[in-house]
Parts: sequence; structure tokens; C-alpha cells
Amino acid sequence: MTITADDHRTHGYGDLARLMGLMTGDEKHGPAATSTLDVLWVLYDRVLRIAPERTADPERDRFLLSKGHGPMAYYAVLAAKGFLPVEWLPGFGTYDSPLGHHPDRVLVPGAEIGSGSLGHGLPIAVGTALGLKAQGLADPAVWVLIGDAELDEGSNHEAIAFAGPAALDRLHTVVVDNASASHARPGGIAARFEAAGWSAVTVDGRDHAALYDAFTAPHPGRPHAVVARVEPKDA
Amino acid sequence: MDTMRDRFAPVVSRLLDEDPRVAVVLAEIGKDAFHDAMARHPDRVINVGIREQLLVGAAAGLALTGLRPVVHTFASFLVERPFEQVKLDFGHQGTGAVLVSAAASYDWPAGGFTHMAPGDVALLDTLDGWTVHVPGHPDEAETLLRHAVAAGDDRVYVRLSVQSNRQARPVDGAHLVTVREGRSGVVIAVGPLLDAVLDATRDLDVTVLYATTVRPLDVPALRRATEAAGTDVVLVEPYLAGTSTAAVNDALSDRPHRVLGLGVGRRELRRYGTVEEHAAAHGLDARGLRERIDGFLGAGRGATVRV
Repeated sequence: MTITADDHRTHGYGDLARLMGLMTGDEKHGPAATSTLDVLWVLYDRVLRIAPERTADPERDRFLLSKGHGPMAYYAVLAAKGFLPVEWLPGFGTYDSPLGHHPDRVLVPGAEIGSGSLGHGLPIAVGTALGLKAQGLADPAVWVLIGDAELDEGSNHEAIAFAGPAALDRLHTVVVDNASASHARPGGIAARFEAAGWSAVTVDGRDHAALYDAFTAPHPGRPHAVVARVEPKDA
Repeated sequence: MDTMRDRFAPVVSRLLDEDPRVAVVLAEIGKDAFHDAMARHPDRVINVGIREQLLVGAAAGLALTGLRPVVHTFASFLVERPFEQVKLDFGHQGTGAVLVSAAASYDWPAGGFTHMAPGDVALLDTLDGWTVHVPGHPDEAETLLRHAVAAGDDRVYVRLSVQSNRQARPVDGAHLVTVREGRSGVVIAVGPLLDAVLDATRDLDVTVLYATTVRPLDVPALRRATEAAGTDVVLVEPYLAGTSTAAVNDALSDRPHRVLGLGVGRRELRRYGTVEEHAAAHGLDARGLRERIDGFLGAGRGATVRV
């Protein structure tokens, strides 16, 4: 792939719609594609200690996109932050493109896991946190992004129930809640994490300052969950 | 005699002491044997509780940080229940682990079908890149466990059983062992079924190959054996009948050949009892094997039976 000048300019939040448009052919995007956009931006812009030149650094933070459906926002943020060339975006989903409708860690620079089948990211994140701890790497944070409907998958509950009592305080889960689960109780998401001994906070998933505060809130001795509410999928 | 599983925790506990990459992941089953190792290596011996999706997913996470996870529970709960995790969290993520199962086929007949997984190797055969070891003796289990852990980031399955042959053979984690040479057929005995095969074929003019590493299959050794013994091949496997038939067909695809795949039947017996009774019910005791091997070789062109 040729790296053109476009890759060397700084992209900001305001560029994301254009970058996503390179994948979708217009600047309108489905809710699944954009529900994660602000969460991803705040994490990559202000929270995660990762960079394109650090993708193999043992001390880097790990971000695992478990909700692999609708990854255009993820690819746009990775492109904006220089992990992958902007030139890759228009090929989205084509045979020769590394960018599929679900991300593949083997193909996408900066992607810590391949995802698409729901409910795999949080158990892998638990193992990642355990593995870093076992190697004395106390500093890197592990983040996993899941969707509210993805929480239907029982594998998440195996991981949530384990991580609290195991006191995995470098583990963080952000649940993007666009009310897409068919069967759910208001407030139920945070309550499930809290019942398992996690720190949990629910915030407006479009409010960058609130997201930043939630992402950086201290949670000594406990894993931390942030429920980021966005507009309902069917609204 | 002790069992393969009796060797598992002591061997892996020593590997934990020797190699800082090694980690053990358990789901309650087998944890008592790791009590001392857990005290010595609290961060590398992990019991996730009765959570098998997490068992496999967490192992994949450990591997992604550079560790070498050894994952253990009964085969039903290691391969079948979390099969999609085995498929995606190792294969698709491009990482590996050592999966060590116990009680796969009918090691605990009184426990019934919920604790039997004769299809474990066949399931792994749908995936790319798995090495499969089926030891037939506790000493072989020890050797193959060491090979498995040392195999870089490979995906390796080690199938431990309470069934065992009388003596250990010199296994190396890759090759077939020629136990006997004949001229009228090749019998491949897998893991703990070698003794029954030797008893069944005592007076037959057949080559007996002993397999403890079935994936990848040692194709050159099989082809060499067929040069003298012909291309009638009988497979005797301690898991689902016919699991390796396709592998043998592929190995001999350029020559006319016949394959008989013997192993555990698909039909659920709904019986309890003993290992010996289940072996007989599946035709895997010496008598049942002899009957079917005779029928197959007797029907083959040029097969001679020296009685």
C-alpha cells in the first residue's frame, strides 16, 4: 500500500464522518456503525496509551473490540490515529482489503483481537489481564468494548462473575448501550457488574467529558465497567 | 499402575517451575492435584470455576500476552461445550495452547454419556493446525505432554485416558512406531488400543503400526509400511470410528487401497458398567477386533491369513 500525504496530516474528531464515508460511500451511517464512535474516539484520543509504533510493546494498553459488528467507526478511528492508511478505507469489505465487516487482528494493524461472533472479547480480556499480571506487567490497562445486546451471551457472565472476585483491577469494560437487547431491564447492565464486585458507572455515551471522567475514575482493587448510553437503535 | 492423569499435574507442575511462559487454566476439575503448584505460582495456575467458555477464552488471552497456556478438564467440557471458543479464540486469533483432556471416550462408564466425548478428535479435525497426541501409557503421556508444551505457540491436544497398554513404547511426538512387520495388511493401533490389537492379530501376517500422534499423521511411515504389507489398512482408534479414514485415504490417494475404520460407535449405548464392557460393546476388545479384521482382510485381494 502506498502511504500518501493524507496519512501524515492530523485527523480530528471532525474528520471521522468523512473517513467513515470513505467506507460507506456517503456520510449517513447506520446506528450500529456510529453508536461506538464517541466512546472509541475518547478512548483512542485521551485514554489509551497506545500508538502505531507501539503495537508490539508489552507495556501498551490493550483495547479489544468485542462488538465487531459495524466496525466502520473503529476503522475510522484507527485511520485517524495512524494505525492504518486512510487509503485502505474505500476498499472496506472487498476481497483484497484487510478491512472486513468484522475486524481480523491478523489483518488489521492495531487490532488486538478478531471479533464478530459475540461474547468472545470479555473472556479473552480476562485472560489478557491475567497474563499481564502473571508477567509482572502491572501498568497496562485492558479495555474491552461490548454492546448491550451482546451481553445476552452467557460467556460474558462467566467473565464478569470471575473478574470481580479475582480483583482484576486493570480490566475495564465499556458497554455501549443503544437499547438493542430484546429483553432487558433499565439499570440492569450496571447492576450486573456491581453484583459481581465491579466498579460501575453509567454515563451519556455522546458526552466526551463525561466519558473521559468515567473512563479515568479510580477503582482500586476492582475491575471497572462504564455503561455508555446512546440513542436507542430503533428510535 | 498409576494413570496418565496421575502424571499430568506433577509433570506440568515441574514445567511451571522450569519455564516462566507456562500457565495452567482449570475449571475446578483437576484443581486438587495443582494445590502445591498454585501456592508456588499463584498467578500462573488459574482456576476459573465451572465456566468452560471462560476457560478457553481466558487461555487465549494468556496466549496473546505471550504465555503458554495448558488447559485441562474432561473432554466433553474442553472440546465440545466451548467448541466455538476453541475454533475462534485460538485458530482465528492466530494463537495456540495445549488442551489436555481426560475421560474422553468411556473412561467412566458409570458416569454415562454426559461424560463421554468420543467425537473430540473428529471435531478438532474440522479445524486447521491442531496436533493431536493420544498416548497409550502413562510414560508416553509424560513424554507427549512435554512435547506439547515445548511446541512454541502451536495448537496441541493431548488426550489422556485411564486405559493403558502394558508397556510404554518409545514415542517421539511425531512418528508412527513399527511394532511388528507382516506382508498382508497394515493395522494402525492408536494409543491405548495397542494391546488389544496385538492380542487380536497375534497370528496374522500383518504389519502393526503404533500411533500416539495422529495429527498430523505420519504419512511417510504409513506409505513405507504399505510397500511390503500391501494397501489394506485397518485403523483402530479409541475415539469415533472412522475419524482417521480420510487422513489414510489422503495418504494413499495415488494407489489403490482399502481402509477399515474401527473405533467407538456413534450409537449411544445407554449402559453403565465397566471400561471392559464398553470396549466389548464397541467391538474394540481383542475378540471383536479379530472378527472384523478377519472379515476385512479375508475379503481383500491377495490377503492371506496364516493361522
